[in-house]
This record gives sequence, C-alpha cells and structure tokens, in this order.
Amino acid sequence: MFSPSDLAAIWLTLKLATVTTLLLLLIGTPIAWRLARMRSWWKGPLAAVVAMPLVLPPTVLGFYLLLLMGPHGPVGRFTEWAGIGLLPFSFGGLVVASVIYSLPFVVQPLQNAFEAIGERPLEAAATLRASPLDAFFSVAVPLAKPGFLTATILGFAHTVGEFGIVLMIGGNIPDKTRVVSVQIYDHVEAMDYAAAHGLAAGMVVFSFLVLLALYLLNSRGRRS
Amino acid sequence: MRTLLLALLAFTALARADEVQVAVAANFSAPARQIAQDFEKDTGHQAVLAFGATGKFYAQIRNGAPFEVLLAADDETPAKLEKEGAALAGTRHTYAVGRLVLWSAKAGFVDDKGEVLKRGGFRHLALANPRHAPYGAAAVEALTALKQLDAIQPKFVQAENIAQAHQFVASGNAELGFVALSQVMKDGKLGAGSAWVVPANLHQPIRQDAVMLEKGRGKPAAEAWLKFLRSEKARAVIRGYGYEI
Repeated sequence: MFSPSDLAAIWLTLKLATVTTLLLLLIGTPIAWRLARMRSWWKGPLAAVVAMPLVLPPTVLGFYLLLLMGPHGPVGRFTEWAGIGLLPFSFGGLVVASVIYSLPFVVQPLQNAFEAIGERPLEAAATLRASPLDAFFSVAVPLAKPGFLTATILGFAHTVGEFGIVLMIGGNIPDKTRVVSVQIYDHVEAMDYAAAHGLAAGMVVFSFLVLLALYLLNSRGRRS
Repeated sequence: MRTLLLALLAFTALARADEVQVAVAANFSAPARQIAQDFEKDTGHQAVLAFGATGKFYAQIRNGAPFEVLLAADDETPAKLEKEGAALAGTRHTYAVGRLVLWSAKAGFVDDKGEVLKRGGFRHLALANPRHAPYGAAAVEALTALKQLDAIQPKFVQAENIAQAHQFVASGNAELGFVALSQVMKDGKLGAGSAWVVPANLHQPIRQDAVMLEKGRGKPAAEAWLKFLRSEKARAVIRGYGYEI
C-alpha cells in the first residue's frame, strides 16, 4: 500500500516526534514547574512567550528560524562556530523547530497538573525532611501523572501534524527532512491523488486514535 | 439617501463586472504585478492576482476555485484542464518561455560557465521540486546533460516552488540554486549575487501557458486580460524579466 519513500517518511516522522517529545519533557517540565510556582509579575510575560507558538502562523516561525539559523543569523553563526554546521535542511534543525513549535502543548498540561497539586502535599513532604528535589520526584511527579500523559501525547501528536515549519526549513530531503505531511503535500502537488489518499487517510485515523486515547485516559484519571 | 444607495449599487455592480481573478505561477509574480498595473491603466479593468504553485492551482480549480484565468508555470496543466472541461478550448497560448539560472547570493561564487557545479565547494544546492515544478525538472535535465546529477543529488534541497528555492538561496542557507531568471533579473540586469544562465539546449523549453477557465466564460474583463497579455506592451514587460516570447 505504501511506497518505500512513503515508509521512509513515516519512519522519519515517528523518529522526529519521539526525539522531540523526549526533549520537550526534559525542557518543558522545569518551565511548567517554575510557571506553576511563580508569583512574581514575570509569570505573565513568560507564560505568553511559551504560548506564542499557539497563535503564530508556522510560516512566521519557519521564516524567522530560516533567517536565525542561516549563515547570517546569530544562531547560525553560533552553530557554525561550535562545529555543528548549519541547522536548516537537517534533522537537528527540524528537532529544534519542533521543540519550539510544540512547547505550549507540553508545558500547559504540565503546568495545570502542577497547579492542581497545590502547596500542601509539598509542604507535608518538606516537614518529613524531603529535599525539594526529592519532594518533586516522589510527590509532584506521581500526582501530576495525568498531566505528563496528556503532555506526552499532545507533544507527540502535534509534532506528527507539523507542516508549515518543516516546509520552510526542511528542504524536502529523503530520510532527513521529508516527513509525512510534506510527502502528502508532494503527492497532491504532483497530482498523484491515490498516493496522497493513502497517507492522508492514515493521518486522519492516527489523529482520531490519539485524541480518543487522550479522552479515555483523561476521563479515567478523573474518575479514580 | 436614495441616490447614494443607487450610486453604491451601481458602483458595486461595476466593480464586480470589471474584476478578473487570475491565478499566477509563482515565478511570474513580479511581471504579473507590473502587467496588472498597466492593464488597469489602459482598460479600467482590475486584475486580482493570486500567486502559487501550478499543481496547487490545478487542485483548487478542479474543486471550484473562483479563478477566471490561469497563468501556469508549464504547458501541461492548462492542456489537462482543457481536456477535463475546466478550461475553455481555443484560449490556450504560451505567454512566456522561462529561462533557468544557476544563482548564488554571493558575488563571484557562480562563474559564467557554470564550472562551479564540477568544482563543488558547496553544501546545499536548492531547486524547486522536480516532481511537480517545471523549473525543478529543467534543473535535473540540465544536470543530467552535464553528467553531474549523481554527484550533486545528495546536496539537493528541494523547495515546494521556485519562489521558495529563491528564498533558500537568498537567505544563504543554500550556497547556490537553480531559480528562474525572472526572479534575479531587474530591469534587464542581474540584481545581486552571481549567476550562470543555463543554456537553453540543456533542457526542454519551459513553456508557460495561459488559459481561460470555465469561470471566466463570457466575462469581458477576463477576455481583456488575455488579450492584454498578448499585447506588445505586456510582452516588453515579460522580456524585461528575462523571459523569451
């Protein structure tokens, strides 16, 4: 049903989404934790910056990333200086872009979960002489488990559905930057509608299953 | 009050009759804008231009997009639309023949014989997707004719259309790339960087055809636009951007 290049695109998409989600959990958890505990006026601007990819068109993000990560941009100069080379047209570049693009989808569920825990369980842990780090891992993380699940699923699914940014900075290179959404677009542009249907229908089923799983997990989490 | 209303009604009726919706291939956006200005000055009609990839326009037109005229980047799409009954027979004609150019934003990077392709010294070469963009297909034909395709293919970065290929090169992310001469030519001269105009015998001619679509049937503004496109005035503009006609 799928051609070898379709399969390569599917594999690449899964790889990108997995790497991105793992990085997002690493980066997003401390950010969400800070945001949930923050009382200063900084909270507003910081939350706004984190949420910006929600409202910015992917073309804006993609365009600025192309300029920033290019040879004349500050990020591009840094990566060249550091010996990594330039990020556009590489898998690494897509990972960076996806992390930025999906950040709110991971931070916001985590922040909500952390806020729902409140201060008391952590204060209790502190009176039992747990260090803040210990309290975080043995109290906050287990209590925020539904939040972590939601964040993981949303981060993964949103990265799979990414298109505009990849189109702007990817360069459509097989096995490096040609993800499923770009492959579908290619099929449509080339008027190969049969091949486009195969992948597009797969995406529809995938999105439905992901959101269904999310819904079921959430309703079970609430009941227990 | 009533006269004002009547005037308004008359005005909107006029405005509607005088507009032509044109879908324009991305590589032709600059000359199309200029031609639209002259068109408005000369005929009083207004051309509303939409720019994009020809394949995308095809899908949109087949699904009821309100375009009345298509200026395609190739000659196949208009023929296909005509065969499928979405375009009017007998209105198809070549409005421009595109020239391919190997271009770099850096001065002196591309020599005037294209030797840079053999010399190497670049990480990325941008081109429009050869699977569906005529300029991309022409680039692959030229590289094949030069026996450089296998060596250079791993350095390909493919843009969705020729406008994006230009963006990849202009931003310096690709050291060089195949773009349309029309994109880097301004007032008959190379605007910036360095370029090699690929000899026309290295690839099939890039014939760009225009066609009247079903939605433009019987619309005076659409007919006027197609006629104006063939006028010497429009052709002078088209040639000024490096096309042949």
